[in-house]
Amino acid sequence: MKSHNELFSIIDTRIVVEEIIQQVKSVNAGAVTVFIGTVRELTNGKRTLYLEYQAYESMALKKLTEIGEEIKRKWPATNVAITHRIGKLEISDIAVVIAVSSPHRREAYEANEYAIERIKEIVPIWKKEFWDDGSKWIGNQLQTNSYE
Amino acid sequence: MIKILLFAGLQEEIGADSLMMDCTECTVLEVKKYVLTKFPLVDLQQVITAVNEEFSQEEDKVISGDVVAFLPPVSGG
Repeated sequence: MKSHNELFSIIDTRIVVEEIIQQVKSVNAGAVTVFIGTVRELTNGKRTLYLEYQAYESMALKKLTEIGEEIKRKWPATNVAITHRIGKLEISDIAVVIAVSSPHRREAYEANEYAIERIKEIVPIWKKEFWDDGSKWIGNQLQTNSYE
Repeated sequence: MIKILLFAGLQEEIGADSLMMDCTECTVLEVKKYVLTKFPLVDLQQVITAVNEEFSQEEDKVISGDVVAFLPPVSGG
């Protein structure tokens, strides 16, 4: 597992939000936006008991790093750090944290939203939902499009 | 030999996280066909592929030693 010192990481333990924020802190920053993705209990009325995330870890890290590079090109004054957790997660657990700092808030907001959208597009990470009556890998079937 | 990596639902359907394919030079499409021949019931329609950790097209070449990953639609975040 990757060390917390790296700006882009995949870990199988609890994410400490403050650590991700520290990674983007800068004297030039006037704003830090933090996105915290958490495990939701109800999806379209269906109760999730817990989730399991799996990653193609080496490629996922590469893609997270690429997203960081894309952000640097689009918003040069920003600093970005992203940590995604894998393994078993309970309801309300933190699955992903994206921190972006920038001199002004607009860039920090925009870059942060860009990061989560890109994660959902290009980072090879999958989640499996476990319910009372079964389980399913999300994203595998068309039904899951309505989960977005 | 080519190493094929499987993830998420595909990994469970096939019952393995990787497969080996004997070929010196072939295309991504041929790798897909190989898997479909061995496991006719799996659905690769929505699966995208990556060769050595980069997204690939069906016509892309793979050579012995390459790693071809079969990626179901992602659902991270």
